[in-house]
Amino acid sequence: MKASISASERLKYFAPQIEKTSLSTKVWIVILLMFIAAGGVALYQQIAIGHVVTGMRDNVIWGLYIANFIFFIGISYAGAILSGVLYVFKVPWRRPIVRIAGLVTIAAGLIGPVFILLCIGRFDRMHHLFLYPRLQSPITWDVMAICTYLVGAVLYLYLTLIRDFSLYSDADFLNIPNWKRKLYKTLSLGYKGTGVQKKQLKSATRLLAIVMIPLVVIISSVLSWIFGMTLRPGWHSSIFGPYFVIASILTGVGVIIIIMWTFRRLYNLKEYLTDKHFTYMGFIMLVLAAGYGYFSFSEYLTGWYGSEKWDSEVLSKLFNTNEYGWWFLFSNIFAIVLPILVVALPKLRKPGPIAFSALLMVFAMWVKRYLIVVPTLETPLLPVQDTRMEYVHYAATWQEWALTFAGIATFLLIFIISSKLVTIVPTSDYIDDEKA
Amino acid sequence: MQNSDNTHGNERRDFIKLTVLGAAAAACGSAICSCGNKEEAGKKVKLLSPDGKLVEVDSKHLRPVHKTVGVSTEEARLGIPGRKFVMVIDLAKCSNARKCVSACQKMHHLPEEKEWLQVKLMMDNPESAPYWFPKTCFHCDNPPCVKVCPVDATFKRQDGLVLIDSDRCIGCKFCMAACPYSTRVFNWSEPDLPEDIAGLCYSPETSVPSQVGTVEKCDFCPDMVRAGELPDCVTACPNGVFYFGDENEDVVSNGEETVRFSQLIKDKAGYRFMEDLGTQPRVWYLPPNDRLFPVERGLDDLPDNIKDRFNDVM
Repeated sequence: MKASISASERLKYFAPQIEKTSLSTKVWIVILLMFIAAGGVALYQQIAIGHVVTGMRDNVIWGLYIANFIFFIGISYAGAILSGVLYVFKVPWRRPIVRIAGLVTIAAGLIGPVFILLCIGRFDRMHHLFLYPRLQSPITWDVMAICTYLVGAVLYLYLTLIRDFSLYSDADFLNIPNWKRKLYKTLSLGYKGTGVQKKQLKSATRLLAIVMIPLVVIISSVLSWIFGMTLRPGWHSSIFGPYFVIASILTGVGVIIIIMWTFRRLYNLKEYLTDKHFTYMGFIMLVLAAGYGYFSFSEYLTGWYGSEKWDSEVLSKLFNTNEYGWWFLFSNIFAIVLPILVVALPKLRKPGPIAFSALLMVFAMWVKRYLIVVPTLETPLLPVQDTRMEYVHYAATWQEWALTFAGIATFLLIFIISSKLVTIVPTSDYIDDEKA
Repeated sequence: MQNSDNTHGNERRDFIKLTVLGAAAAACGSAICSCGNKEEAGKKVKLLSPDGKLVEVDSKHLRPVHKTVGVSTEEARLGIPGRKFVMVIDLAKCSNARKCVSACQKMHHLPEEKEWLQVKLMMDNPESAPYWFPKTCFHCDNPPCVKVCPVDATFKRQDGLVLIDSDRCIGCKFCMAACPYSTRVFNWSEPDLPEDIAGLCYSPETSVPSQVGTVEKCDFCPDMVRAGELPDCVTACPNGVFYFGDENEDVVSNGEETVRFSQLIKDKAGYRFMEDLGTQPRVWYLPPNDRLFPVERGLDDLPDNIKDRFNDVM
């Protein structure tokens, strides 16, 4: 690390990121906005015509939306717990990663809950959750947990940004419009780096980082209990809490690796996001994938070996290649085996392969979420005995896909916009090094 | 209730509530709603008041209600004091006549494809004989659906019924995920209702009118019960399959015979469906011993789309 360079000189290196927006970035923004607009059309139809425009029906009452909800909110948790752990344990290589992790937390944390709202029949009655809350309901737990979490996550990210904001607003050489400078000045809350300020900021950040770790475990488990508390085969399992915690973190680590790789290329950050960072993140991914594989194995093994009627029915759908068999196989190989192999083999342990395996793993984990939700709902305890195909098998409609892609587009858009407001590598974080 | 099959529409018209008379007090909840029948003023109608007098009132004061005098939502949440409703379904008598299904649909203004009461063809294992299995809401004493509702829209009453307040339901469908018996249905689009029904005040006791984006289900017709009548599925059944009554009084009736509940359960080895789930249903089944009809007869005269449902079994 170039410990001898001053913070402002370092900022000069990052300056182009926040000073100007390239044409290709603008094109990207337009494309993403088009996806979001398509989602808007779908949303309008869903509200105007009703949930009948989705593929959901009385047996499969939740579908793509809830899978997306678990997926995004899980990614968010991973960002929070990773930046929390890296900060609390003062991991020396954390610096270029914590900002990305923090942004992932917020971007995914804002999009996830939107997908649960899409599952709800009466948007107009959301206030009932606060007017008539029932503490017995896991949804109430989830509402409380997500609200607490989002407040904590926003505060935490903000605290880690204050020093950067102060740095940007003071840097005269930055070629940025006046409004942006003013924005930085306001957001820096008058931070000047005095001894007291430094101490306060540090202890506040540390405190929040510590709080975020158990919070993520709690909220991830609460999310899983929406499923685990029902009497459904494939859901009603005591492993669901830890299963969801580890699945969330694994997926999120994958997303962070992909974003690291993208920005490393985009902004030429090879000196900051070094090969070493990818190796370390790869090791984390390996450990999590192994843990997740172990949980998956024990979950399916006990169900299969015990062979209770209902468990067997769901499992037979997951093992049958005419139903979900191929997807089930795909998700297990690419979410568990592939990341372990790529990181374990020294020849493949390089940023490119690691990022590529992370990409496949993230997609496989999304498939896994779908396979947790849909086959179970297609297997009620009583025979379905319905001649309407849409009531027997779930098939997502274009409206659901449009909103899914709109969600991904929003995630990317939030990232692009954030990367124009703050440097992807927390510039001010290196000051400590220089003083030390 | 002998004419329950085809005259429901007229009957409902006949059961008119005189809001100008004393009965209004009982309807305090719904009376403040302005969603009555908007007939023009001036027409005089002759009616029999609750105390037996013939009175003439202005038609603008008349409001058709579901069955009987409605109760407020607050009252509907409490239930009828001292009662503990219970149902017994005699599987030996069911011929899949589906009169219960159509009566229920008529009573609650449901379209043909929406069945709160379903008749399934069950076959417990490949060797056992198939049998017809009418399924209402089980109104469980340990209801998984009520546990998970985040807004208290579905609730358990002191008389044992599990009802839904559709005015409060947010449509999260968690209750549908929680119910192991697939009892609940969701309004995926705006229900197609006649104007006078759509304009009614919703009551958890009538479950009418259906509302888009909310969950609904079999309610054991508590409005009928309040009026001292049996639920429609019970009276509509030509074979006397359904017995409805009060566990506290230890009496159930299928409209033709009235028997001791405990004796019936004891004599005919009554059981509760999937007892091991621990939901403690309020619906009991009598096993299909000495059946009145061969099971195939249930397939006769069925429209194709319903017959096809049972292809996997028979």
